[in-house]
Amino acid sequence: MELSFGDFLLQNLTQFWHLTGIYNATWQHCVMLVVGLFFIWLAIKKNFEPMLLVPIGFGMLIGNIPFNATAGLEIGIYEEGSVLNILYNGVSAGWYPPLIFLGIGAMTDFSALIANPKLMLIGAAAQFGIFGAYMVATAIGFAPDQAGAIAIIGGADGPTAIFLSSKLAPNLMGAIAVSAYSYMALVPVIQPPIMRLLTTKHERLIKMKPARAVSQNEKIIFPIVGLLLTCFVVPSGIPLLGMLFFGNLLRECGVTTRLAKTASNALTDIVTMLLGMTVGASTQASEFLTTQTIFIFFLGLMAFIIASASGVCFVKLFNLFLPKSKKINPLIGNAGVSAVPMSARISNNLGLEYDPSNYLLMHAMGPNVAGVIGSAVAAGVLLGFLA
Amino acid sequence: MRKHLLIAAIALLATGLCAQAQGRRGLKINEVMVQNDSNVVDDYGQRVGWIEIFNSTYAPLEISSVFLTTDSANKKMYPVPLGDVLTEIPTRQHVIFWADGKPSRGTFHTSFVLVPGQDNWIGIYDADGKTLIDEVVVPASLPAGHTYARKSDGVGSGPDAWEVRSGSEGQYITPSSANIIRDTNSKVDMFKEKDKSGLGLTVMAMCIVFSALLLLSCCFYLINRIGAHISKLNKMHAQGKSIHETPREERPDHDSGEEIAAIVMALHEHLNAHDQEQTVLTINKVKRAYSPWSSKIYNMRELPHR
Repeated sequence: MELSFGDFLLQNLTQFWHLTGIYNATWQHCVMLVVGLFFIWLAIKKNFEPMLLVPIGFGMLIGNIPFNATAGLEIGIYEEGSVLNILYNGVSAGWYPPLIFLGIGAMTDFSALIANPKLMLIGAAAQFGIFGAYMVATAIGFAPDQAGAIAIIGGADGPTAIFLSSKLAPNLMGAIAVSAYSYMALVPVIQPPIMRLLTTKHERLIKMKPARAVSQNEKIIFPIVGLLLTCFVVPSGIPLLGMLFFGNLLRECGVTTRLAKTASNALTDIVTMLLGMTVGASTQASEFLTTQTIFIFFLGLMAFIIASASGVCFVKLFNLFLPKSKKINPLIGNAGVSAVPMSARISNNLGLEYDPSNYLLMHAMGPNVAGVIGSAVAAGVLLGFLA
Repeated sequence: MRKHLLIAAIALLATGLCAQAQGRRGLKINEVMVQNDSNVVDDYGQRVGWIEIFNSTYAPLEISSVFLTTDSANKKMYPVPLGDVLTEIPTRQHVIFWADGKPSRGTFHTSFVLVPGQDNWIGIYDADGKTLIDEVVVPASLPAGHTYARKSDGVGSGPDAWEVRSGSEGQYITPSSANIIRDTNSKVDMFKEKDKSGLGLTVMAMCIVFSALLLLSCCFYLINRIGAHISKLNKMHAQGKSIHETPREERPDHDSGEEIAAIVMALHEHLNAHDQEQTVLTINKVKRAYSPWSSKIYNMRELPHR
């Protein structure tokens, strides 16, 4: 029977209706859209990590617009060959995080760490948050590789978390990334009560000796020696540590200023946008709204708490062996959890709260950047053991 | 000029060596069937002996122009032809060469056959026809329908790394696929079984993280000391003192960043290096290049002239 013109129009309109987001919408999509909007609101109104939460929040909107996945329109982030899928390759293949690390290296001044190398150990101690959360995750019933991917949230380092989860548990990567960045944004809320709880008033008033000025030669040697020593111990950390130290060498050598500027500005900005947006878009309702996600958020919070607490406790322990003139203020212990420079700023603010002349920022930057190195090493260790 | 040439030559040499080092050395003979009576058939429907080659590297490997041979005196017995896209073996994948003595049947049909009842030496030579990449001696005792296979893909050398496989359970014959069939990650399984609480991994990992950063810390402690000593020497040199003549307690201490900042500020004040620009009024003529795209003339309707 031949189709009438009216039926032809109706058939096409019906087909089109079946392709629309309104037809394909489910309550899960709506929930995820609300979460995306909440992230954007947090970033714009509350100024919580706007550089990350705006792209992630908007990415959530992009990734959760309902469409007919069986129509083969090549628009979804998980559909081979779609534009979003091509952009997502940087996350799934794990090459965005090392590029971000290149920028971090080009932005970071390691002087505080070079002047006072013992602060590196605080960065190592804070990594206990990762492994403490790993033990809890295995106890809950996660497989070791999934537990490792979730536990890295305790490193408070978004790119590291994305890198490791893309290798160990790609199906959990969206939840892990969102959890890591959310807690990084909430560092000012999570850390101060722990720091207050674990320190006495007397300890909070400890004034540290100003660090000595570091020569340019030392700054140049640092990334080279840092790379060789850490990567000889943990070769699986090469992608992250290699790029971190490479970026730092560009910054410090004095003859590649243009490259360092590009790495720390334009390149980092571009990759941050793409990384945030694609991570957000990867949190599709069907993958994201599961009980596992709730566990991941719980474990992430726990990892953050353990990491901050272990950093502070380690400083207290360390102080037992140090002479009175060289005591370390335990308020800088929390900075061992990476989250540069937010956690160092919190140490400083809390220090100023108890003594308005006690500026801890430069001292806290030491463990803070050591935390970046430490979390990359920890990621390398987990990758070596579990991949 | 000479210096540039030298650098270019070193770079070229290094690139060449790297390419050589990373290239075809990863090619491994992985499984061999001499008498094929009930196993896989070739693209002509024939059952012939076969040799499985494995790319053990984590990069695709182009094998055209390498040589397969069963005679060490005739190293160039069968050159893998150029110009076939299938000669690029993907990462950690396998290809099968049919030892039927009929190279006219295609790229993967060799010019030699494997002879039952005698030891079959098989070798792969690189494109130069001299460098042996891999070799194996398939024992004469290999029964028909059995293969001589590596216990694990591309791993080990010598007879200990190989075994005879009958095709029964646990001794699978695996043409063009991995010799060990894995459906789970063995490392993860081991941790799941031996380290249920996660304590073992935690202790090991924390030790590694601590030792890596402790090593770095110690190294920079030393560099720190050397740096401080050099700056002390420079300071004493500027003051015209000798380190040998000055008692330890009178030697200057290092300057902190804050002290240096204070000195710089004092010098700045002393030299009266104030910024005078604030009091200078500068009037510059601003030139705007004409562009029809932004011209107001084109935005206004011209009234007709009377």
